[in-house]
Amino acid sequence: MGLSSYLQFLISGVTMGSIYGLTALGFTIIFNTTGIINFAQGEFVMLGGLLSVFFLKWFDAGLPLSIVMAILTTTAIGGAIERFAIRPVRSASVINLIIVTIGVSIFLRGLTVIILGKDTFGLPHFSGSVPLNLAGAAVMPQSIWILVITILLLVLLRLFFTRTIYGKGMLACSYDKKASYLVGIGVNGMILASFFISALVGAIGGAILTPVTMTSYDVGIMLGLKGFSACIIGGLGNPFGAAAGGVILGVLESFGAGFISSAYKDAFAFFILLILLFVKPSGLFGQSKIERV
Amino acid sequence: MNGFKKDMLAVLGFTALLFILPGFLSNDYYVNVLTLSLTHAIIAIGLNLLMGYAGQVSLGHAAFYGLGAYTSAILTTTYAFPIPLAMLIGILAAGLVACLIGVPTLKLKGHYLAMATLGFGVIVYIFFNETIGLTGGPSGFTGIPRLHVLGYTFTSDRSYYYLVSLVLAGVVLLSLNIIHSRIGRALRAIHTSETAAQNAGIDVAKYKIFVFVLSALFAGLAGVLYAHNLAFVAPSSFGFNFSVELVTMVVLGGMANVWGAVIGALFLTILPEYLRIFENIEIILYGGILIVFIIFLPEGIAGGLVKLFSMLKPKRDDGAGGK
Repeated sequence: MGLSSYLQFLISGVTMGSIYGLTALGFTIIFNTTGIINFAQGEFVMLGGLLSVFFLKWFDAGLPLSIVMAILTTTAIGGAIERFAIRPVRSASVINLIIVTIGVSIFLRGLTVIILGKDTFGLPHFSGSVPLNLAGAAVMPQSIWILVITILLLVLLRLFFTRTIYGKGMLACSYDKKASYLVGIGVNGMILASFFISALVGAIGGAILTPVTMTSYDVGIMLGLKGFSACIIGGLGNPFGAAAGGVILGVLESFGAGFISSAYKDAFAFFILLILLFVKPSGLFGQSKIERV
Repeated sequence: MNGFKKDMLAVLGFTALLFILPGFLSNDYYVNVLTLSLTHAIIAIGLNLLMGYAGQVSLGHAAFYGLGAYTSAILTTTYAFPIPLAMLIGILAAGLVACLIGVPTLKLKGHYLAMATLGFGVIVYIFFNETIGLTGGPSGFTGIPRLHVLGYTFTSDRSYYYLVSLVLAGVVLLSLNIIHSRIGRALRAIHTSETAAQNAGIDVAKYKIFVFVLSALFAGLAGVLYAHNLAFVAPSSFGFNFSVELVTMVVLGGMANVWGAVIGALFLTILPEYLRIFENIEIILYGGILIVFIIFLPEGIAGGLVKLFSMLKPKRDDGAGGK
């Protein structure tokens, strides 16, 4: 196989990996403020894509407006989940909270099936589907959209966490909730905000991915698993490590599918993950925690 | 009355209850649902020993269930092994795989452990799907013989139900014994603090592997029982969703309570059957019930019942009572 096919695998890997990275970022933001692995994270990605399809169909509002509406709706749903399912049980143990998010994801999938059905839907490409030629590899314009939007989103989040008072407040919550509360940070508001931002990031990922891969009510499960894997590769709790973990996972998977077998694509990704965990138990970019006795 | 006698009585009562139950069921379909829920209870008890007592999460237990089921199915159907021998090999295969992956995996903690077991589960699931020559692939493996042992064939659904009831009773009794033994105390110590347990002279790694393998053996046992009851296995029964459902059974039933795991398994297996009358809002109700139960019963159904009983019990202040 020539250089062009390597390049082709790399490009498709980075495209999928960006979405895994965005999903992983969503996981990390909620994990940092609450300690919960939010099993409904994949559902945000699914809703972002599927709602875009339906807003486009129902309101005939044009692609950009439909996507914006879908993202806003999903963000609102994310906030509602925190307010009505997580906040009432905040004092419960982490495993219970995780089960609640599992319940929420089942609930959201069920609701989606009733309202939108079980079919598979596509979304038009943002700017045509004529592939560009890059050193012998075909690049879909949508891949470029995905890359640019992902990088933009990462920069904006970076600025949010380091330059704004709200972002700093959220970071403070992830270090120590009680101390944050004592210095006057509204912890409840921060947790709500983390759900808003996670849902927003997930929905954007879903909306930009759908033109490439199509979508249906159940795509959230696998995307959620891959996103969670990406978090672990990056070291849980590190948002930008998670995004990098996503890209690494996407690229490995793409090369695995290309060179070994596409049927074992997912197995390959998880196999690498297991090896990595055995060698470096706290992820690539995570530092091991000291346990207090 | 000492602990063992008390457990013995409880298990006897439970078995008697299970034996009377089919008398109230007119339809063999319901008996089959019950058999399935008891099979799930066997796995949930093992997972509860691992999660509830030793504090180690596994999101891949459906894989051990599947390994047991597929091993026995393939050995009896493709290679004409005698059924009891194939079942034994199926159970041991699940245990052996658990032993092999447990050594590196159980060094991990918390969410990293959850991820590793999840990854293992997904790999096994894909293996079931893709090795079509061996497993029949996504469309499943058919023609598995029904269990016959010592000249007796379990042809009716009811006879199989009684068999699974007895096996479950045995598993419950064994688990209660383990919990009340030195091993059980060691597991709880590990749950509280691994470092402290180590300092108290407990071989943490050994006990973690032990309980992981034991829970995999239980899952394998459930798997072989499942395969020779349905005569058909398909990968979709052993995927990530089922692993998550198993964890849910343990938490919803009540962590660190053997009976809790049984209640959780029965509840979550039978509930969808009742919800079926609501047709398309079935999934929403299932998700909703899950959320509501966890919100209002944070210690699970068993934990809620224990609390209820202790509230109903008249308080003694003479201090002479007790066990």
